[in-house]
Formats: sequence, structure tokens, C-alpha cells
Amino acid sequence: MSRHTLSVLVENKSGVLARVSALFSRRGFNIESLAVGPTENPDLSRMTIVVDAESQPLEQITKQLNKLIEIIKIVELDGGAAVQRELLLVKVRAPMAERTQVLQTAELFRARVIDVNPDTVTLEATGTPDKLQALLAVLAPLGIKEMAQSGTVALGRGPRAMSGAGTLRPVERTA
Amino acid sequence: MTSTTNEAPDPEAATREAAASLTGVETTVRSVAQAAAEPATGITGAQSLVRSLEAVGVDVVFGIPGGAILPLYDPLFDSKVHHVLVRHEQGAGHAATGYAQATGRVGVCMATSGPGATNLVTPLADAYMDSVPIVAITGQVPSGAIGTDAFQEADIRGITMPVTKHNFLVTDAAEIPQRIAEAFHLASTGRPGPVLVDVPKDVLQATTDFAWPPRMDLPGYKPTTRPHGKQVREAAALIAGASRPVLYVGGGVLKARASEELAELAELTGAPVVTTLMARGAFPDSSPQHLGMPGMHGTVAAVTALQKADVLVALGARFDDRVTGELSSFAPDALVVHADIDPAEIGKNRKADVPIVGDAKETIAQLVEALRVEHAAGRTPDLAAWWEQLDDWRERYPLGYDWPEDGALSPQYVIERLGAIAGPDAIYTSGVGQHQMWAAQFIRYEKPGTWLNSGGLGTMGYAVPAAMGAKYGCPETTVWAIDGDGCFQMTNQELATCAIEGIPVKVAVINNGNLGMVRQWQTLFYEGRYSNTKLHARNPDGTPKPVRIPDFVALAEALGCVGLRCESKDDVDAVIEKAMSITDAPVVIDFVVGADAQVWPMVAAGSSNDAILAARDVRPVFGEGQV
Repeated sequence: MSRHTLSVLVENKSGVLARVSALFSRRGFNIESLAVGPTENPDLSRMTIVVDAESQPLEQITKQLNKLIEIIKIVELDGGAAVQRELLLVKVRAPMAERTQVLQTAELFRARVIDVNPDTVTLEATGTPDKLQALLAVLAPLGIKEMAQSGTVALGRGPRAMSGAGTLRPVERTA
Repeated sequence: MTSTTNEAPDPEAATREAAASLTGVETTVRSVAQAAAEPATGITGAQSLVRSLEAVGVDVVFGIPGGAILPLYDPLFDSKVHHVLVRHEQGAGHAATGYAQATGRVGVCMATSGPGATNLVTPLADAYMDSVPIVAITGQVPSGAIGTDAFQEADIRGITMPVTKHNFLVTDAAEIPQRIAEAFHLASTGRPGPVLVDVPKDVLQATTDFAWPPRMDLPGYKPTTRPHGKQVREAAALIAGASRPVLYVGGGVLKARASEELAELAELTGAPVVTTLMARGAFPDSSPQHLGMPGMHGTVAAVTALQKADVLVALGARFDDRVTGELSSFAPDALVVHADIDPAEIGKNRKADVPIVGDAKETIAQLVEALRVEHAAGRTPDLAAWWEQLDDWRERYPLGYDWPEDGALSPQYVIERLGAIAGPDAIYTSGVGQHQMWAAQFIRYEKPGTWLNSGGLGTMGYAVPAAMGAKYGCPETTVWAIDGDGCFQMTNQELATCAIEGIPVKVAVINNGNLGMVRQWQTLFYEGRYSNTKLHARNPDGTPKPVRIPDFVALAEALGCVGLRCESKDDVDAVIEKAMSITDAPVVIDFVVGADAQVWPMVAAGSSNDAILAARDVRPVFGEGQV
């Protein structure tokens, strides 16, 4: 199995997420991560879907997705041709004696402290899935109390945009 | 084995006739955008919906009213759109499907919220699997009550997402014309399929304006209908160079109304043609190029032709498991040209060497042109050796059947005679099971749209309501439902609808007192342990009691139909002719047949098509050295 990132432009309508997620489960695919959010066009949303699949089944799932009426366009964003980021919020045990170690780790990974209290520190970090895994591996021995992680969001590198609909403005103007 | 010979006297004439019959038929579903209608202001959502149905060209709706959809039934009372009051919503859905398959127009069914809507789920799934254009309109509880487990509330949009091409929940009465236009457009274009429009009661009651045609807003819907020229030329080159080509024709050819083009392609290539269960009638059975139906119960010649082919030309077919058998050993030597309007079908089950995405009518027409170029350049294949082989298989392993040893009536004989007497102009519908396979095998189909059945979903109970819809759409045509006694007991209530509405369908119940196909599998694969397949009244030791439960003749009479019974070979023709002579009422014939007749040939589920048995324990010899 290999990891693939699909960037999917969809109409911003109720029920679209249900259609997409149901299609994956119906056809026997697992979604590794899913992120949905608005785009520069209020009529459209972007879903970034990470799946584990061989290339043949992936082609089939892409074709099945394309048949959904409310899906405008699907692009596979992989490897060096795209930038991919996740957001991590992690609450770490940080009593005064160990606090410096937590803060140094945060600095190394360019994570920001967004909440502090006498017992814990909450960090915010963004990065590739690999970087966030590395951060978590370093924080784990210190004691992770709680964490929340977003799905991957991704954009293709370079000046081109996924202009599925004619109304979609080029990405660089709104960035 | 008794081989059956119903050869038409002049096969070519039949081909021409079938082609000619197409010219009078609408080639496209009524265009949504071109219909005109008077605008209106200050009307109700329900009135707007009825006006939309009128504007889109609906002539009949099959349905049942109920609480949530009541507001819609009030303006419908005055509309020129005729409403057929069915007895069960499943009947409404299959009637819409039968209507659509027989006429090529979009079928419409209607139900109230909750149980009314959930009763439509089976016919929607059926239409989805067989790509039939129907639109279902359902009432929904008022917007404010949605999500509260209100009386007769069901999330029908959520429930039907996997079994519809698309569905809508209308949230504003102003959207109604647009949603109806979109629903009909989606149902009838691209790969056809069912579309559901769910309308809350308060939306039907709200005040709104009506204008037609509305603007459709489907930015993500762009079906590819024009095939890629380069792909078509590649396909033509492959066909021109083939020594063992087969045209593998699926239901898409009927949906695209491409029988005329197919006849031309077949003539030009000289290649053998096989028509799947969904495509019976797309190519005349009387043509000497037709090898019959492929698949689990296909002819030995059709199944084996696919297995031995070097080039398979799949036209509007989807390599269903019932056709391919074990996929890994299906047509092992064949290069595949796969033309389909749905890109997701291409490469789904079998890798396509030349994929073509497009409408079958355009694709086949272009293929004909491209082949002419190949032929003009001197590339015309010699198929003489291939035909010698095919004819040998066809002669040695024709379709046939044994008469029951106990002297009971043969179900195959009944169906064969029915086909011969009612002829190729009649429309035949069927349920699912043995009688369906025999009807696909032993009736000679010459024209498109004359064989309607539930192929993909395999919905028992399809025959009677589908016949009702077909007969409504084609009132001048004789419509026969060929049903099993198991299937018939699932949906025969619609005969009351037929009797009251004046829809004189004819039903042949092939009554073997059993769930015949399951019984056949129990005979073959479960040591004859007939677990729960006997439908007849029986003594504690399992032997039949001399009582009919139900008595189908009495049941038919009770439902307002003429009931007839036939139990012996000598009466078969006379009873069928009697039924043919009754044109002012629905007729049911109870054909009491032997319980042990089996469907042959057969490829056991999951087996390779190479393991086809022509009859029980009869494994064909294919002459391996010759191809």
C-alpha cells in the first residue's frame, strides 16, 4: 500500500462530506486523514483526503468520486510536487523542573506555546506528518496529556491552481 | 436433449425490420431546456412542482399519497399529468422503471415520507444497478421537524445516497423548478440512473413563483459523450487485425438507442455478436452472427467465443461477474476494446487495452467510419476459420432442455411457445430466477426495448409492476410478464391497479411450487437438501398437498383479472391464444410446471467460464487444437 493525497474541489453544499466519506467506505477504502475547509470561492470547498491504496484501486476510487455530481475536480498531490502540512495541538506535562526541556523541544521544532499553567504547556506545531511524528516522539517521554491533530492540507507547488470552475480565482492573488 | 429451432425465415429481413423500427422512436429523452410553460406568481410549492412536471413533459406518475406529500396531490388532481394509484410503493418504482425501459423516457414515481419513501429503496437500487432513468419524488416531514424522529420521518436522502445517481433535499420552494429540471437532466443524460427529490411538507405549502425553463446549476456534471477519435481509430485497427473478434454488447447499447449502428458494425466486421442479459433485443436473435447470451447461463457458443477471442469489443457492457465468471481466467487471450459512457466502468474489472469513453451511439458510428478506412486500406480480416469453429460449437451445443421424467409440463416449453405466439413485437418482462433465464434463452428477441428485467440487482417481484409501467407507456403493444410463483407473490397486488386503471397486462406464472433457482443450487451444490425453498402446501414428510395456496386463478379473479390455468403440453398454445384474445382486462395464466427443471448451460458461481457445462454433467469439447 502507498499513501496518496487527493485534493478535491466540491460544491459547498450540505451532504457532500457524507457522500464522499460514504463512497470510500462503500468501495472498501480507508481514509487516513480528511480535512475540509473553505476556499477562495465561497461556493466551493476543498477536501484534502489522504488514502492508503495501490495505484489501480486509487484510479477506481478517483473515477467513482468524479461521478459524484457535486464534485468539481480532483487532483492527486504527491511527493515533491506539492506542499503538505498538518496542524498539531499537544498538551505536555511540564512541571517547573522539566519545563525548560519542553520549551527547548518546542523551539527545536518551531512549535509555539499557546497555553501555560503550573502543570502543563500546550504547544502548537505545523509541519509535514513526518516532522510532527518526530516532535511527538521527543515529547512522549515527558508525558503527553492530550493532543489534537488536523488532517493534511496540501497545495500544488508552482503558479498553477486547480481552477476547476471558471469562477475560481488564481491562488496566488488571494494568498 | 431436444434442441429448439425457431429460425426466422429470413434473418436479414428481420435485421432490417429491427433497424427500421428504431427510426420512429425518439432518439433522446425530451430536452429539459426546450420545454415551455407559462410563468406564475403567488402559487404554492406544490403547484410549482406539478407545473414543473408538466413542463418537463411527464405524462404519468406512479405513486401513493400520504401525510407529508398531501399538498402535492391537490394540484396533481387537476393536472394533465396522469397519476396511477399503485398498491405498494415498490410497485410504483418498478412501474416507473418498466415505463422508462420500454419508452426511453424518464419514469416517475412518487411517495410520501418515511415508509412510503423507504418502500422505494428497492426499485431505486434496481434502477441504479441497471442504469434506468427514473425520478422519485418523496414528501418529507416539515423542515422544522427534520431530525426530530417526527412521525413518518426517514432520512431518505441519506438512505438513498448509495443507490441513486444523485438526490436532492429541497429547502426552498423557489428552487423547485430548478431541482426538477436538474433531476430529469441527471436521470436521462450520461449514464442514466435514478434521481430522488425529497420535498418537505412546508416547502410544498410555501408561496412561490414559477418560471420555466429554470437555470440548471451542475458545475460538476459533464458527462463525456463524444469518443476520442484517436482511441476509436486504435480500436478499429485492432478489430481489423483480429482473427477471433467478438462484439460483447451490453445494456448501454439499448440505453443509447444504438441498435441501428450496432447492426452496421456487425455487418461491416462480420464478427460474432453476444448480447448480455441487459442487452437482449439490441441485436436480432435471428441474425446468423448472433451467438446468444454470454454468462452464467449463456449459450456454450457465446461463452466460449468470449473465452477464445483475441479481440473483445465491449460496447456499453461492464464485465459483470455473471458474464465473466472467474475474472482471472476470463478471455485470457483477448485484447480488450472497452467503450462505455461511464469512465469508472473502464478498467474496473478487466483491464482495457483500448479504452473509449463515450455514448454508445456515437462511438459505434465512429467505429464504423474508422473501420471503413481500415478496410479501404486493404486490412480486412479473414474470419472463416473462426466462424467454422463458432458454428461447430453452436451446432454441437445448442440451447435445449429435457422434458420432466414425471410427465409434468416443461417450463422451458411454455416460455418457448409464449415467445413464438406473442412474437417479437411484444414486450416481455420477467422476475428473477429460473423463469428469467429461460425467458432470456428461449424467447427470440428481434427489437430493442422488448425485454425488460432486473439484471444487476436481481429483484424478485420486478415483472408485474414493470409490465404495468411498460404497458402504460406502450398501450398498443402486448406486454407479457413472465413470472415465477415466488416472484409473483411479492408484487401481484399491482394487478388490482392494472384492473382498475385499465392496463391490460398479461402474466404467465411459471408455477413450480418452489423458489426454483435456489432449489436448483440446492440440487447441485447442497446434496438436494431443500431448505426453505418449497412454496407449495405440503404434508409433514414434504410431499405436496393437493391444495393450491394460493390458488393463482382465484387470486387473479379476486384482483379483477381473468385467471386461466394450464397443466399439460396439449393446452399450452390454446391457453396462450386465449390470453392473447383478451385485450380489455389483465390476464393471469397459472402454468403448473415440473419442479425439477433446471437452467442449462451453467457456469457455477466463481468458476472459470472454461468450466461451462452444456447440461448437467455434460462438459463441452472445444476442439482446443483448432483455435
